[in-house]
Amino acid sequence: MPIAICRVYHVAVVLYLALTLTGCATMTTAKLPPEEPAMHSVSEFSDDEPVVDIADPWQMFNRSMYRFNYNFDKYVFIPVVAGYEFITPTFIQKGFSNFFDNIGEVRTLYNSVLQLKGKKFLTTVGRFLTNSTVGIGGLFDPASSLGMKKENEDFGRTLGYWGVHPGPYLVVPVLGPNTLRSASGFAVDGGIRFAAINAIDPLENVNNGNSIMAGITTLESIDTRHRVTFRYYESGYPFEYDLLRFLYHKRGELLLMK
Amino acid sequence: MKFLKLTVTLCLVLPTTAGWATDIKYDYPIPGSYEATILGTPDNLKLPPPAKILARRLVLDVIPDIKKPDIFFYDEGLRCTLAYQNKKAPLVFVIAGTGAGDQSQKAMAMMKELYKAGYHVITLPSPTHPNFVISASRSHVPGDLIEDAADIYLAMENAWNKVKEDIEVSEFYLCGYSLGGTHAAFVAKVDEERKSFNFRKVLLVNPAVNIYSSITKIEGLLDKIPDGPRKIGAYFNTMLAKFTEFYRKGDFIDIDNEFLYEVFRAKLFSHDESGGMIALSFRISLAGMVFSSDVMTNGGYVVPKNRILTSADPLGDYFLVCIHLSFINYFDEYFYPYIQKQRPDVTREALIDSLGFKHIEDYLASSPKFGVITNEDDFILAPGEIDYLRRLFGERVKIYPWGGHLGNLEYRDNMEYFVGFFNR
Repeated sequence: MPIAICRVYHVAVVLYLALTLTGCATMTTAKLPPEEPAMHSVSEFSDDEPVVDIADPWQMFNRSMYRFNYNFDKYVFIPVVAGYEFITPTFIQKGFSNFFDNIGEVRTLYNSVLQLKGKKFLTTVGRFLTNSTVGIGGLFDPASSLGMKKENEDFGRTLGYWGVHPGPYLVVPVLGPNTLRSASGFAVDGGIRFAAINAIDPLENVNNGNSIMAGITTLESIDTRHRVTFRYYESGYPFEYDLLRFLYHKRGELLLMK
Repeated sequence: MKFLKLTVTLCLVLPTTAGWATDIKYDYPIPGSYEATILGTPDNLKLPPPAKILARRLVLDVIPDIKKPDIFFYDEGLRCTLAYQNKKAPLVFVIAGTGAGDQSQKAMAMMKELYKAGYHVITLPSPTHPNFVISASRSHVPGDLIEDAADIYLAMENAWNKVKEDIEVSEFYLCGYSLGGTHAAFVAKVDEERKSFNFRKVLLVNPAVNIYSSITKIEGLLDKIPDGPRKIGAYFNTMLAKFTEFYRKGDFIDIDNEFLYEVFRAKLFSHDESGGMIALSFRISLAGMVFSSDVMTNGGYVVPKNRILTSADPLGDYFLVCIHLSFINYFDEYFYPYIQKQRPDVTREALIDSLGFKHIEDYLASSPKFGVITNEDDFILAPGEIDYLRRLFGERVKIYPWGGHLGNLEYRDNMEYFVGFFNR
């Protein structure tokens, strides 16, 4: 009974807040002078083709996430990455990057198989074997020096290969620009990796295996962010969101060609 | 005695070298002016970058208590970049070109070379960059060289105040490229009165002689695209389709400089199409400036007057409108009316005349501190403007036979000359 009362109370508070806040918003707008049409509007240029215009039905949500990511970067991610870069010698940073790249080859492997891309599969097998052995468990990348070019495949692209539509543009918290397809692919790849690690259980004899795995995942995220030079709103350009969405879309299109 | 010997030798050598000057071998490899502008300098022909740079970002509160709308929530102040030496050295201010920020590729190229030569450097965004329009322009309406120069000067004083406890500076130099070069001339003039820096040397790299005439020339490149400037969207899509098709057919993985060189080696785009792309990228820069200015002034130009935009509002339509508006539109419909409000008697012609070197030519002709670098084929210069630069600056101007608009900036000969100007 007390729980039920709590719930009712909770709902009431939320409703109250929602209503008053909407009220506030209406009141502030009411104080403003009415809008006047701009000198130029988009209808003037309807005789031209649209440009850099990617369907974005979830735009309000996406733009809010874009802002969230800017703040997350600013207050959490980038300070952590900066700390990592400060305390870790450059050659060790490189070692971590190689190590995570090497683990990532597994993802490229099964996705190349799923996309029937034999050449990519063989190159990646060669890279994985070389770097895991001669490259001391992936800390070094002798395969690239031997002319085996790094390939990248993921489950999102596998879905694309088999004709799954990319779906709406989606700005994912922390991860940034995606499509519904690529975000689902990311989740599937993550799931496969989790299942594989549990099956192989490399840390079975270690206490707190889960916290070690969590630590490795965190380090991997830091390494990934460390390697991406993009910073939200660094351009200072008011249409950055639109241009990035376009470039992301275009990049996906070009990647699917290879 | 030594001095006398030197003078005699110079007198004997100079006429001959001056005679050579035009025949001196110049090997910058890209002959087309538009192609050079787009491609720049291949990496193997650039000077090596410095091994390490000590640098930090400065975020300046140039105009205290300024009210910024929520849509520009990310703009926390004017962003400049400082590269500093751990010793006493001259400080060079670098002003970026149209639409460029403090860390634009060209400003960074200049910074690296100056840094290697032992200078402190501070780079500033162009007054046409949204960050400057929002955070450092007191009118928020860019375009007037005198107002913009005063704003730049204020920003420089701010930047200097912020770092003067941390670095040891022997003297101040100034340079700017493209529109930033034009700005540098006007900023030097402000400095003659305010004397905060007493710039000893000022270098203008590929400057516009008159902003209006240069921009008319750039806008003119769009007259040559199929169906003209109004169909800029269709043109962009066509170019993009060509580009995509080329990528699909070729054996490329990354879209990098190598890929771009291949695109031009294969002559994928005609000369006029390349020119169109330059004008298009100019329009994209301009779009950021027009939109930011309009929002900051509530000008009702592309955004309805009194509309309050939030960071969740879609902006695609404004982008589309802005890239269809030329600088001439901006000038006639937005900028000139703004000027008229302050100076009702100024005519359009007088305003245009004030937007270039002519306005301060007595000063430029008489001051020995200036140097100019440009190219014979820089297409932002109208016919006669190269000769005007020669007349105005005489020996102080260095003109390369080709290189387009800043295409050869990073070419090693150019960079050596660029740094040499400050070393001399």
